[in-house]
Amino acid sequence: MRVTRSRAVLAVVAVSSVLAVSACGGGDIKNETAAGGEDCGTINMAINPWVGYEASAHVVGYIAESKLGCTVDYKDLDEQVSWQGFAEDEVDVVIENWGHPELQKKYFKSPGGDGSAMSAGPNGNEGIIGWYVPPWMVEKYPDILDWKNLNKYADLFKTPESGDKGTLFDGDPGFVTNDEALVKNLDLNYKVVFAGSENALIEGFRNAEENKTPMLGYFYAPQWFLSEVPLEKVELPKYTEGCDADPEKVACDYPVYTLDKIVATDFAESGSPGYDLVKNFQWTNDDQNEVAKMIAEDQMDPDDAAQKWVEENPDKVNAWLGQ
Amino acid sequence: MTDTATVTPPQANAEQPAALAVDRLWKVFGPKADKIIGSPDADLPRHEMLKETGCVAAVKDISFEVAAGEVFVVMGLSGSGKSTLVRCLTRLIEPTAGTVTINGTDVVGASESTLRDLRRNHVAMVFQHFGLLPHRQVIDNVAYGLEIRGVGKAERRKRAAEIVDLVGLEGNEHSYPDQLSGGMQQRVGLARALAGDPALLLFDEPFSALDPLIRRDMQNEVIRLQEDLQKTMVFITHDLQEALKLGDRILIMRDGEVVQIGTPAEVVASPADDYVRDFVSDVPRSHVLTLRYVMRDPRPDDSSEGLVMSSDTIVRQAARAALASDHVVRVVDDGKLVGIVDDDAILRIVVAEESVRA
Amino acid sequence: MSSVATRSARTLDTGLVATLRSRWRLVSLLAVIVIWVLVWTFTRGDSTLAIQASDRTDIHGWFLRLTTSIEEANNVVTAALAALADAMDATLLFFQHLFTVPEFPRPLPQVGWLGALALASLATYAVAGWRPVLIVAASFLLFGMLGYYPDAMDLLIVTSVAVAVALLLGIPIGIWMGHSKVVSAIVTPILDVMQTMPSFVYLLPFSILFGIGPAVAALVTLVYAMPPAVRVTAYAIRAVSSTTIEATDSLGQSRWQRLRNVELPMAKRTIIVGVNQTTMAALSMATIAAYVDGPGLGQPVLEGLRRGQLGKAFVAGLAIVIMAIMLDRTTTAASIRAETAARSGRDRGRQRWVVLGVGAAVAAVAVYLSNGYSWANEFPAGLDIGTWIQLRVDDFSGWLRADFSSVTTSIQERFTLSFLNPVQDLIAGSPWFVAGAAICAIAWIAGGNRALGAAVICLTGLYFLDLWNNAMITLTAVLVATVVVMLLGIVVGVWMGRSKNVDRAVRPFLDAAQTLPPFVYLIPVLVLFGANRFTAMVAGVIYAAPVAIKLIADGVRGVSATTVEAAEAAGTSRLQMIWKVQLPMARGALLLAANQGLLYVLSMVVIGGMVGAGALGFDIVYGFRQSEFAGKGLAAGVSIVLIGIMLDRITTYSARRSSSAAPAGARAKNTTRKRFPLLSSSS
Repeated sequence: MRVTRSRAVLAVVAVSSVLAVSACGGGDIKNETAAGGEDCGTINMAINPWVGYEASAHVVGYIAESKLGCTVDYKDLDEQVSWQGFAEDEVDVVIENWGHPELQKKYFKSPGGDGSAMSAGPNGNEGIIGWYVPPWMVEKYPDILDWKNLNKYADLFKTPESGDKGTLFDGDPGFVTNDEALVKNLDLNYKVVFAGSENALIEGFRNAEENKTPMLGYFYAPQWFLSEVPLEKVELPKYTEGCDADPEKVACDYPVYTLDKIVATDFAESGSPGYDLVKNFQWTNDDQNEVAKMIAEDQMDPDDAAQKWVEENPDKVNAWLGQ
Repeated sequence: MTDTATVTPPQANAEQPAALAVDRLWKVFGPKADKIIGSPDADLPRHEMLKETGCVAAVKDISFEVAAGEVFVVMGLSGSGKSTLVRCLTRLIEPTAGTVTINGTDVVGASESTLRDLRRNHVAMVFQHFGLLPHRQVIDNVAYGLEIRGVGKAERRKRAAEIVDLVGLEGNEHSYPDQLSGGMQQRVGLARALAGDPALLLFDEPFSALDPLIRRDMQNEVIRLQEDLQKTMVFITHDLQEALKLGDRILIMRDGEVVQIGTPAEVVASPADDYVRDFVSDVPRSHVLTLRYVMRDPRPDDSSEGLVMSSDTIVRQAARAALASDHVVRVVDDGKLVGIVDDDAILRIVVAEESVRA
Repeated sequence: MSSVATRSARTLDTGLVATLRSRWRLVSLLAVIVIWVLVWTFTRGDSTLAIQASDRTDIHGWFLRLTTSIEEANNVVTAALAALADAMDATLLFFQHLFTVPEFPRPLPQVGWLGALALASLATYAVAGWRPVLIVAASFLLFGMLGYYPDAMDLLIVTSVAVAVALLLGIPIGIWMGHSKVVSAIVTPILDVMQTMPSFVYLLPFSILFGIGPAVAALVTLVYAMPPAVRVTAYAIRAVSSTTIEATDSLGQSRWQRLRNVELPMAKRTIIVGVNQTTMAALSMATIAAYVDGPGLGQPVLEGLRRGQLGKAFVAGLAIVIMAIMLDRTTTAASIRAETAARSGRDRGRQRWVVLGVGAAVAAVAVYLSNGYSWANEFPAGLDIGTWIQLRVDDFSGWLRADFSSVTTSIQERFTLSFLNPVQDLIAGSPWFVAGAAICAIAWIAGGNRALGAAVICLTGLYFLDLWNNAMITLTAVLVATVVVMLLGIVVGVWMGRSKNVDRAVRPFLDAAQTLPPFVYLIPVLVLFGANRFTAMVAGVIYAAPVAIKLIADGVRGVSATTVEAAEAAGTSRLQMIWKVQLPMARGALLLAANQGLLYVLSMVVIGGMVGAGALGFDIVYGFRQSEFAGKGLAAGVSIVLIGIMLDRITTYSARRSSSAAPAGARAKNTTRKRFPLLSSSS
């Protein structure tokens, strides 16, 4: 028992010494003063798990911090969880949203929704989902980019995972996919194999290009990897409005997504200059790929990458700031 | 020798209540144990009962009384139920039926607090495998019983130190149990039991785990303590020698049942059945039997001279003097001649033993 | 008493009949497999109950509604959990503000690295002695040099709080379980589920209930880390010598006195082992917790994975390994000291106080400095070695890709085509009732009626969860991976068991492989083998092999020296010694290794789902990422639990049947499920 007591005493001494010492200060650490815009406050920025998203988020975040004096809190979250965060005041901004009608229904002001979130308009990026092949294949098999020829090349894509069919790799389960239905409805001699993560897809394509091995996979733009290996998209039957209404019977390409920004309703109504920035923010797929590549390929710190881009593109930035 | 069956076991003194009384005690292990007692199944031999009912009667309808100051030994082979019996006495194992009375307190019906009080103040037990607290020093092990009674630290340590000296552990107060030999550890166990100054001490094969020499030392230690302290003791053992050496009376158990209760001499002289006879066949009878068991009735022509001895003199102690004398030995109890022992009678026992050994 | 007869009968049985019986079992197992293959050739592909990844059925809808109703539930339990989450949140925030998160307007946290290092060293000295202080100090410096000091502190805070709560709740439950068979019977299956249910399954509901961030990360960690605390405590209480209990009971102690003076002190050392196990389990959740924005080293690991930056993930993973080593050594040393401390003389006690006093003074100065001076607050960047390691590792992965991946890809293809695919064809390609019947027959032959019962119940569950085909694919992968684990385990384990030097050389790598977050080696494995079932299996094997190897090595070493000597005297060759003496005698350890191998591989199923394993693992990831599929993900999680219970029971009961040494091992497993090397190796 003596030992326990001594530990208790020790703990008390330690904690009180910490507190006492913290109170008296001294040294070279000086309190900061907020840089300008006192009313900006904190922006809780969700970071969804892909690098392009990170690029957009950090560019907006960097501008908010450096020009508006906001504090930006980045939170690594999945999409579902981020939307959940709106309701709990944990998240203010999702800077790049891919559709998600079911989440919009749940969190927008609509029947059955709680109204905790709202759209802040498109961010300028266009989401292009589809089936891609590495560039070397296009050189060697120029007609491969037409889906009608895919069966002809099915043998090339055979892997142990798909038996005597060709393999169509699907990736991150977070993205919408109709691929199983597409393969069936287009009568393709392929089997969908779930690579399971974006990273698995990227490693696959990287290997395929480097070693000149065949690969067909689900991919999307904007994506920084496209600036490393410019994958080529296979043309599927053209998308028409409503052709994907019944997921069982889909036989057409994915629509082009207009990516938008989602914000917490409270944040939008707070009058924060941060909200105006988010609302004005718009850039192109190439812009995003450039920053994303700096982060992923060149392993730059996201904030450094953002800073570099911001310094190189003052016009765009000023437009967002309303200057 | 075996025809001296007129012996009645000395009962506990009638005017003094028994220190411990056990009446029709049962302990049955197994499903629906309480249903067995009183049913015909209860009379089945052990393995049949197990087969029929899935139960084992470890203690079967046992009754006995122990007088204050008496050393009462329960002896049996392993599996005979003796350890279960002793645990039932303070309900370390709950008895299935029957009563146990200690100093007039009904143990079986006692409330939890009464039982706790009984264990704290009146009964203490010594265990075969010591059961010491490995994280406490000897002195604190000994004082543990006092500690749980709420005795203050200084006082209990003082009292414990006295007991430590009493059992010959001085100098080891601050050792930990695993630093002591088995014999020493059991002295700690003994000291712990004695520390609370209980009237009744229970020993569950306390020396079985010890080396023979140490065992003998410990037995002598118990005899010495008993002379000094005059406790009532119930002593469990599987060792007949130990039983004969320590016991005022011996209860022999087999398969949960009493086979025989009697003094050492009675057990040796008149085994109740073949089981006991087999047990005692190796015992040096001259060391156990008293003159009572070898004397014949006095005859008118007996010499009225020679040695006079009481009937509870052990044969071996009487032998040398008796054989040296020309006369027979006259056995006198309370001034009354009760029998005669001649040289033949003594030789029959001593010589028979020699031949057995040869 | 009466058990003597049965026991001797059993000895006879194992002595004479066992050989016959084991031959019989082998023959009938082979017969079952032959019949299975025959039936399969005619029925192949019928009624396999395969569904597509995007298919959902009624039961999945039911699970989805269940999760929503739990989310919307407003009862005592959720209120209690919410209160717990709030309390944890406040505690975590307090420590974070102290050590890692600056509070405006201060630009840096209150206490910097120097102060934290000093406080940690002081605390370590107080509980574990001076030797671990060196490890702690070195670890703190390494966290800084690797460039992850704040993340390391965050992880330490979350882990400590989760462990503290796990112990606060777990030890009393464990004590209760140790005292009551009824409680034990109720709690054990709950613990089984807590440990086998993939955390991804409850990640989403938890985040919906409690929000995101540190508190929910700590809660998720808590769920996974508490079972060892409960199990070990119960085991420790049960293991307290019954003689001592009886002896002290006979003195008239109350229940409370018994607990306080006898049971807890005597169980203390084992309980501290439980603390160790709990801490390690908590740490292994670091990366998963990062999925709900749990602060700490899991975040850079995940970030590295997301960007395909092996170097970054590796360096952060390395920091986790260092933390694991630090916490492991500290808690182990604390458990040993718990024994010796009480015995140290008065002089040493006084000396200790002097050291503690001086240490406290030094720590106070360090805290003061780190509060005021930025050099003592922010870890100096000049000492960075993390970047260097990161670049080397990235070079290495580039080299792997360039020079190796074609070779490794062909290995992967050959293995998949010649082994994995045929086995999967048989198990998942049979009609469900054929596969089910065959599995039941195997369970019965191997483990008797109780194993059969477990198999029937679990398979029925799988059938009704509508994920039969996926479950069979996952089962195949788990079985094949376990075969590989066992082969590795036997080769390396025997090698280690026979030579102390080999053991000493290999063991640190095993420890590291066990603590390195699987996400880290996922990247090179992906580079080498691509996204497929094989890659997932390799990840599972890397994760499970260390445990199996250690168990087998300990088992081989445990074979009595006398037996080995006697066999040597009889002129046994080295191979004969291994095959005829050491392995058969270590059979209990082998079976335990197989059991643990299965469960460890199974726990990697979800991660496998992220690298191409598909099946149940993918269903779970999918359920986490797409809320409409949350019900299916939950059903997949339950399916994994069922597979786990089925495999566990079959191996446990067959272990009990096949050798007299095995029951001890199998029983030890129950207390020691998963991370419990210490007790299981000592049994």
